[in-house]
Amino acid sequence: MAESTTSSDAILIDVPDPGGPLLAVENLEVEFRTDRGVVKAVNGATWSVNAHETVAILGESGSGKSVSAQAIMGIIESPPGFVTNGRVLYRGEDMLAMPRQQRRAIRGAKIAMIFQDALSSLNPVFTVGFQLSEMFKVHEGMGRSDARTRSIDLLEQVGIPSPEKRFESYPHEFSGGMRQRAMIAMSIALNPEVLIADEPSTALDVTVQAQIMELLANLQREYGMALVLITHDLGVVAEVADRVNVMYAGRIVEHGTCLEVFTRPAHPYSVGLMESIPRADMKGRRLTPIIGSPPDLANLPSGCAFHPRCRFRHSNCFDTVPPVVDVPGDGRYAACHYTDEVREAEVRV
Amino acid sequence: MTDSQKTDINNTTATESGFPRVPLETDAAAAEEVTGPESGLWRDAWRQLIRNPAFIVGGLLILGYAFMALFPQVIAPQGTGRALCDTGAGAQPPSREFIFGLDEKGCPYYPRVIYGVRPSLIIGPSVAVFSLTIALIFGTIAGYYGKFTDTVIARITDVFLALPTILAALVFITAFRNASPDDPTVSWPLRFLSGVFEVFDDFTGVRGIGLVVFILTLLGWTTMLRLARSSALSTKNADYVEAARALGASDFRIMTRHILPNSLAPVLVYATITVGVAIVAEATLSFLGVGLKVPAVSWGLQLSVAQGRLQNDPHLMFFPGIFLAGLVFSFILIGDAVRDALDPKLR
Amino acid sequence: MSDTTSSETVTRPVSSPGPTGDPLLRVEGLVKHFPIRQGIVFKRTVGQVQAVDGVSFDLHEGETLGLVGESGSGKSTVARTLLRLHEPTAGRALFEGRNLFEMSASEMRRARRDIQIIFQDPYASLDPRMTVRDIITESWEIHRDVVPRNQRADRAKVLLERVGLNPDHINRYPHQFSGGQRQRIGVARALALEPRIIVADEPVSALDVSVQAQVINLLEEIQDDFGLSYLFIAHDLSVVRHISDRVAVMYLGRIVEIGTEDEIYEHPVHPYTQALLSATPLTDPVKARHRPDRILLEGDLPSPSHPPSGCRFRTRCFRAQAECSATDPELIDREGHGHPSACLFPEVRTAWGETSAS
Repeated sequence: MAESTTSSDAILIDVPDPGGPLLAVENLEVEFRTDRGVVKAVNGATWSVNAHETVAILGESGSGKSVSAQAIMGIIESPPGFVTNGRVLYRGEDMLAMPRQQRRAIRGAKIAMIFQDALSSLNPVFTVGFQLSEMFKVHEGMGRSDARTRSIDLLEQVGIPSPEKRFESYPHEFSGGMRQRAMIAMSIALNPEVLIADEPSTALDVTVQAQIMELLANLQREYGMALVLITHDLGVVAEVADRVNVMYAGRIVEHGTCLEVFTRPAHPYSVGLMESIPRADMKGRRLTPIIGSPPDLANLPSGCAFHPRCRFRHSNCFDTVPPVVDVPGDGRYAACHYTDEVREAEVRV
Repeated sequence: MTDSQKTDINNTTATESGFPRVPLETDAAAAEEVTGPESGLWRDAWRQLIRNPAFIVGGLLILGYAFMALFPQVIAPQGTGRALCDTGAGAQPPSREFIFGLDEKGCPYYPRVIYGVRPSLIIGPSVAVFSLTIALIFGTIAGYYGKFTDTVIARITDVFLALPTILAALVFITAFRNASPDDPTVSWPLRFLSGVFEVFDDFTGVRGIGLVVFILTLLGWTTMLRLARSSALSTKNADYVEAARALGASDFRIMTRHILPNSLAPVLVYATITVGVAIVAEATLSFLGVGLKVPAVSWGLQLSVAQGRLQNDPHLMFFPGIFLAGLVFSFILIGDAVRDALDPKLR
Repeated sequence: MSDTTSSETVTRPVSSPGPTGDPLLRVEGLVKHFPIRQGIVFKRTVGQVQAVDGVSFDLHEGETLGLVGESGSGKSTVARTLLRLHEPTAGRALFEGRNLFEMSASEMRRARRDIQIIFQDPYASLDPRMTVRDIITESWEIHRDVVPRNQRADRAKVLLERVGLNPDHINRYPHQFSGGQRQRIGVARALALEPRIIVADEPVSALDVSVQAQVINLLEEIQDDFGLSYLFIAHDLSVVRHISDRVAVMYLGRIVEIGTEDEIYEHPVHPYTQALLSATPLTDPVKARHRPDRILLEGDLPSPSHPPSGCRFRTRCFRAQAECSATDPELIDREGHGHPSACLFPEVRTAWGETSAS
């Protein structure tokens, strides 16, 4: 399967230096110009992912985590949405500056995305099999029966029982978990190098969620994909991510290995998250919530966007946007004036 | 990397260590700002409305018409008395003396057109208000209770919806016309209704208007009822209705406090459109000779007379026609504006 | 393992070594079936969705009973039927010895003062056309003797303050508040009648992670202040463990296991409980990567209109045996595990390593 994808679009892609990240986002800024003002969804986000690696983008609703992925995939509706700054580097090349044709060849084939809501991402009037085999026909010029065979293989691979029968089914005839599997099948059909999963298991029950995460992990191992996991669920991150980017108000406020960020967070927001989640594996103490609510993106707080909720804040946090500073550890950095103080603080994790 | 970065951090911390800590108010959400001023849906809608040019234009036009209807003697001080008529002259086109010309009886047309606004302006809103009332009450009941109640109300609605409006109006009006409230041979419900109509006629000073309002209401509530019913259906399972039920709220309270206010918007929008429809329907009925009775002055009656004289005296058609179109247009503008203001999806 | 299905254990539906004494609320054999109707004018019933099929539990004074389960387990139906937002198909709910399900409308109205509900979606549970004042004082308009008319506004402000909201915002509309604040309004409404039991139906699931903890803490505070008992319904096992004294696990309309928080989370015996716990992500990256093999359930939830014969979980169970399709397991303590489970072959299996790992 892996050999067969070195086909038509391979010409478009320069083989780059092997060391750099597969996909990188640099200083990305996205805004939505709406009636009620400019909504600043992403405000200078920087993150990257290497082959064979799982990177999590962890954030709450309105943190801009999904919008940055949509910007990579070029699926932001414009207007109202505009990428106002930044670069999206695929193997070192800025996708936003590429000719449309080349960009399109990368999206979908080299970078694929799966969404939270599988039902609305699949076309309800075509069978799942038809939608799958269309991809092979269009992108790889396969004949009808070849495409069918490949599709059935793929359905089997993502764990859909009796795939020949399911090939003929419509999306609404699938259960939530099966639909998500079908969508995963579509996204990996062209053997992408990067798979962006936007809340892939959020709408699912916990037992189904475990199945889907297991499937993603297996597929990643098998194909050596880079997996970008966008989620609000700290548990999912702790279970699968190698590195984690904590996102707040459109910025990456902390980055580091999963272990380090979870055990010794350097940004007050990460601290707050760790302290506010109850644990299934022990009867916890009283939770320490973050006060207030996530900010209104149309009306971001001055200075550090987290300062209205921050218990480490000093007076300069009110007016000075904190720079990204390196933090001791494995490639760690955080956007806070007082990372040392935060790391020294006693954190209940 | 760590070395340079380390010093960098140290420097930053050193220079910034001068900044004092600002403790958080721990009183959680109380500190959180609530966005926006005190407002509600209706206030928001009103703010939206008065910024909508369609509403301004429509509203000003309607104010003008209302002034005409309330104080016709100010705009046309000569009145519609017979004394002004030059019976021998017949219809005359507009001239300097008579700006709208003379009608077929040789009477000045201008005051007659001005006085003609009153029936339209009474009929339109009356029909809309009466229909709205019926629709909201029964629509809410049907949607809320469902089951048998709903089936009965829905089927009755279907029957009325199936009636061809103008034909049904013709039939009903002809039936009622022959029922005098004083005639003992007529059955009592007809006599009673005729009595009510007479009171309405006397109150408004337009003969035959009670019957027309009644008939148009009878035929006009169906669509609004369906709207009210479907809103009630979708609202009755809302969590806030369940919450009210869990508090022990009675059905009446749930319907009046929770369901009605939430289903009012779409029905209200349709009601503003009904105003225009009713005005046109009255004109149509009067034009067909079954609407208002002759001593009354109405655009429908004027148009009815004008139809046979279109070739020779087009002004008889033109003036009431343009006024009628303007009035209906104003209500449509307002209906549009209200719909935009009340529909949050369009915001 | 044992092949006995009968047991000398008393068949009183639920008895776990929780608090002793008479329960505040005892639910016995609660059944709620929803008819499946077809036809447009003349509807006929073509089947029954067995949303809840024989659920029994006790709720004690001051206690929090967690009710966990996935979608389709019937946990929300239990909540709504208890409050008679749905009429029960069968069963009893004894509140202080009186059956809620047999009460007349006026008796029920009186009883509603004692049992209130908090909903999941803070956007759907508050009437958008009402101010916060109207929302909170509505209960006192229904139960007029609770607070005299002239004190209602002041009392509403006190309540708002108690749930952590600014009392000056009393004339605002729900849409002006954030999700967490709206949920606080919902809590204030539930508190207005000073109930003894609050049924919380997924009260934090719709909230952002950072806000969830605020509401959880608030619920814990008011429980102490008002001496409340909670029936806490959620699908998030971490939240349920945090807040609950005892936990009941539901699957396809039945309780499959019930016990103290420690019994359910540290010594689960029912395979479904074990699968649930095993699927629950851990937020400790070290523990998360060193847990025993995941139990991954096969297949989908069976249709609640045609549940499997015998044990309802057997179609997806990794310990299923032939007997499971024939015998419908009672919710009893078979092997002396200390808490009841509805499994013929109960066996302790933990979902994570040592409790004191990190």
